Amino acid sequence: MKFSLEWLKEYLETEASAAQIAATLNAIGHEVEEIEDPADRLAGFRVAEVLTARPHPDADKLQVLTVSTGEGDPQQVVCGAPNARAGMKGVLGLPGAVVPANGMELRKSAIRGVESNGMMCSVRELELGDEHSGIIELPADAPVGTAFADYHGASPAFDVAITPNRSDCMGVYGIARDLAAAGLGTLKPVAAPEIAGAGACPVEIRIDDPKGCPAFYGRVIRGVRNGASPAWMQRRLLAAGQRPISAIVDVTNYLMLGFGRPAHAYDLAKLTGAMVARRAKAGEQVLALNEKTYTLDDTMTVIADDAGVHDIAGIMGGEHSGVGEGTTDVLLEIAYFDPERIGVTGRRLGLTSDARTRFERGVDPAFLDDGLALLTGLIVEICGGEASETVRAGSPPAAPKIVAFDPALTRRLGGVEIAEAEQRRILEALDFRVGDGWQVACPPRRHDIEGPADLVEEVVRIHGLDKVESVALPRAEGVAKPIATPLQKIERKLRRTAAARGLNEAVTWSFLPEADADHFAEGNGGLWILENPISEDMKAMRPSLLPGLLAAAKRNADRGAAGSRLFEIGRRYFRGEGGASDERPTLGVILAGEKAPRGWATGKAQGVDAYDAKAEAEALLEAAGAPVGNLMVMGEAGPQFHPGQSATLRLGPKNVLARFGALHPNTLKAFDIEGPVVAVEIFLDAIPAKKGAKDNGGGFARPAYAPPALQPVTRDFAFLVPADLAAGDLVRAVKGADKQVIVDARVFDVFAGQGVPEGRKSVAVEVVLQPGEKSFTDAEIKAISDRIVAAAGKQGAELRA
Amino acid sequence: MSELQTRKDEAIAAIDAAETLDALEALRVEALGKQGWISLLLKTLGQMSPEERQIQGPAIQATRGEVADAIAARKAALENAELERRLASETLDLSLPAPQAPRGSVHPVSQVMDELAEIFADLGFSVATGPEIEDDWHNFTALNMAETHPARAMHDTFYFPDEGRGEGAASSSEAVGRQERMLLRTHTSPVQIRSMVAQGAPIRIIAPGRVYRSDSDATHTPMFHQIEGLVIDRDIHLGHLKWTLETFLKAFFERDDIVLRLRPSYFPFTEPSVEVDVGWQDVKGRRVLGGDGDAPGHGWMELLGSGMVNRRVIEFAGLDPDEWQGFAWGLGVDRLAMLKYGMDDLRAFFDGDVRWLAHYGFSAFDQPSLSAGVGARA
Repeated sequence: MKFSLEWLKEYLETEASAAQIAATLNAIGHEVEEIEDPADRLAGFRVAEVLTARPHPDADKLQVLTVSTGEGDPQQVVCGAPNARAGMKGVLGLPGAVVPANGMELRKSAIRGVESNGMMCSVRELELGDEHSGIIELPADAPVGTAFADYHGASPAFDVAITPNRSDCMGVYGIARDLAAAGLGTLKPVAAPEIAGAGACPVEIRIDDPKGCPAFYGRVIRGVRNGASPAWMQRRLLAAGQRPISAIVDVTNYLMLGFGRPAHAYDLAKLTGAMVARRAKAGEQVLALNEKTYTLDDTMTVIADDAGVHDIAGIMGGEHSGVGEGTTDVLLEIAYFDPERIGVTGRRLGLTSDARTRFERGVDPAFLDDGLALLTGLIVEICGGEASETVRAGSPPAAPKIVAFDPALTRRLGGVEIAEAEQRRILEALDFRVGDGWQVACPPRRHDIEGPADLVEEVVRIHGLDKVESVALPRAEGVAKPIATPLQKIERKLRRTAAARGLNEAVTWSFLPEADADHFAEGNGGLWILENPISEDMKAMRPSLLPGLLAAAKRNADRGAAGSRLFEIGRRYFRGEGGASDERPTLGVILAGEKAPRGWATGKAQGVDAYDAKAEAEALLEAAGAPVGNLMVMGEAGPQFHPGQSATLRLGPKNVLARFGALHPNTLKAFDIEGPVVAVEIFLDAIPAKKGAKDNGGGFARPAYAPPALQPVTRDFAFLVPADLAAGDLVRAVKGADKQVIVDARVFDVFAGQGVPEGRKSVAVEVVLQPGEKSFTDAEIKAISDRIVAAAGKQGAELRA
Repeated sequence: MSELQTRKDEAIAAIDAAETLDALEALRVEALGKQGWISLLLKTLGQMSPEERQIQGPAIQATRGEVADAIAARKAALENAELERRLASETLDLSLPAPQAPRGSVHPVSQVMDELAEIFADLGFSVATGPEIEDDWHNFTALNMAETHPARAMHDTFYFPDEGRGEGAASSSEAVGRQERMLLRTHTSPVQIRSMVAQGAPIRIIAPGRVYRSDSDATHTPMFHQIEGLVIDRDIHLGHLKWTLETFLKAFFERDDIVLRLRPSYFPFTEPSVEVDVGWQDVKGRRVLGGDGDAPGHGWMELLGSGMVNRRVIEFAGLDPDEWQGFAWGLGVDRLAMLKYGMDDLRAFFDGDVRWLAHYGFSAFDQPSLSAGVGARA
């Protein structure tokens, strides 16, 4: 909300400076976003007198003036205004001054060959209004040479953010009350003028929707002249950011900005029959003052006459019955609308207005009669006319809220000791009435007060939050206890392991283009699709971390990066039971482009391949505490992957802990990225919890370790196997041949081609045998070897001759 | 000069002149081999008279020793020369690049979250989480923002299509909450409710995580990170809130001169509500937190919203507000990272640009710890 210091002083007796007021506003909860001092904008503009005026020698519409500012020689100024003439007083902008309306700096210049040393300004040029038909004419007694800002009464304007709970401060008077309570001056009472009505109100006023409109008061004024409002009012409205329109409209705006009280004025000539607050009929239309047509429904409250709707209640008046220049008789409306109804209607229509903002936050229900009297008084004073009596339909909610308060709560909740007398003073200055036993009656305008905590807030904010002293939280004995959950620990360890392995952690959007999400969705019960995405690129919640990382890798490639090694730890989003969200912790890795650049020793650059993905998958699974020794490599990483270069890592046939491999060429095409690109996705929720060894020295002690007494023995076996046999199956068979003695088996050579029969390949396995207490005899080694060959034979392997 | 002497001198001269190990070996066989002249001379000792043996024995033994020493010395010299030659042929240009291991990094958001967890663990807070796809009840209603509450409009909420789940009156039960419309949580505050419902009181948690608002410019992204703090106990007041925030910020920025300014504000879920500003000073054109914001050349910046938890929120979470009270706050994690580590564009956080990640990211081994200081210096 914006208002000028001068307007504030209408209601607050104070000597405080603008800076002091701003500091106090901040301290009591009204954040000052800006102080605008028009004196800054009007610097360089002075009250001046036109001494002579003669026609420009070379231009019909221009005149050459000599203008005095009271000091030095009169200045020659070229002026195009028709009203410029000798003897008048106006406003001269001197060279160096900046014209507020267009930001142009004035300077000495020649206009059609005649020197001009400044500019005589119009109202619009100084942003004081819309008038631009001529230059400003000041009264004859205007003191020549005075800074125009001083003459004009330019006053600093505050732009204050009013929090939504304080609708009572959406008018200057409410702010004045708060400032007075904070000790910045004395609140001046505003007496509503008693204007006796001449006869009954000629318009019938009725409420058919008492829930939406509990109270509707009206009054007619006949014989008004709706010209321009007076300069003092225009100045205040302009400072508040409100354009002056006509006297009657300005007066309603003045009441709204001054007292937070929206009201409406109808042109009586355009009304037919009774004015009724009723529900709109479904489909009923109204052309509002913003020149847009709104289609209403039957949940909305309107003010209508026999002919139709004239007001979307509490939000915006109708264009048809608004007052204009020719208006002579007006009907004033001041009503109390249900705040919730206003909010819902406004949201449904997508229509905001100053009135809606106030009504939906709640206006003062006790200010209908006074508001109407102020409105009537100002209109009669400015526009003349004769007012009728007030007609009242319904009544606003009146029961005052009583809060049982305990002043000790201020310390208990607010942490600051404030004497009871001071607490009472603060509450009463804010218009609360403190009764016996601290039964506190709230002013009806304070819709935000629900209970004692709200009163603590009132007391503490006026007393000063800066007086709250820090008090240490009680802390537990000893060293802080570890509190991370198992998943948090896994995520932290994984993150740092991945970084240590040379992967860069990225954080990518949780939402994706729907097509990208679809590409990675796999019948998991559907995607979460936003109803109101910020763009089509951010529409579907990701079912995988890979598309986001892939898009990042593409951006990096487009920027010329030879390769990307990215990982992310985050959630995948699925639909859970009963429509709940099923969010699964996941680690994604994308390796794209070069693994190693071309090198003097290694030759050509090496691209990433599926085994790089496997290395990351295994290392990271191990860091996550998965039993990597027991994992099986099985197919079906998903259609996004290369069918022959990808796999899953499973614990048992069903529990997929991770998938990895090269991505399918179609995936790369869909993401418009060049290969090679390989990926890993680890499903953290699938990793079984580590079995705690609780009865083993508190879980920290390792199993006892006894190094074997004898050195292990290594034997190599070269097998011919069917070409499609997975090496892993062969190794598992070999290891299974003697689980006690064979401690490791590792493929060290794979070969097909010359010397190997068609349809077969040669796989060489190094087997490590660990003797126990005694060395193996030749016979024992032979027996183990035979078992190994037999076990391999079951996989279709034969020992190579 | 005796004949023995002459022969010895000749042999040693030949040994010293030997050019190769093979030549040296031939000389050794010639002198010391089974049929070598020194070996043969030694054999003659047996036929000598004791007197003669007294004289000749030591002379021949001495000759054998000298020749053997000469051979050993020459052998070492020749081997050394051979090694020198080999080493000379093995010289590498060590200015050539060695194989590089890729350098990884931890994202600043993760780093800062780890730092926060470390600091708050010491203050007795645990880390809580909750769903990002939330229901209306947890995100708004239970936080004292009823359907028609004007503050809801300020949240720029992302919604999922209404699937008729809004039917049926909402009340303070989670089961009913599930019936509500689904949305992307606009703040981490629903974790307050979930934690209170699940754990009861007393409670001290922080809840970091992703939050979403339909807003996008240089300082707003539709997804960002917040950290929620919640303390519920018996006698907790605003003074504790102030101390907690001061203590955490001092630890986080590793500065003792952090000054906070509390201003009254409004949030539906707290009462009283407090906006917290922190003093900053200009250091070489950069705003650095620390110092009194009112000092000349200093200023205040808005840092976070907080307050005493509204008793209705405590009720919604199933606790007795006459017994339990406490405070809560919400703070932007990305913003904290920017203030501490000097990034200036929030959008870059979510781009995955490897150059940015390498520049602003952290080593795997910059694990925050209280003993070493939670921050990683440039």
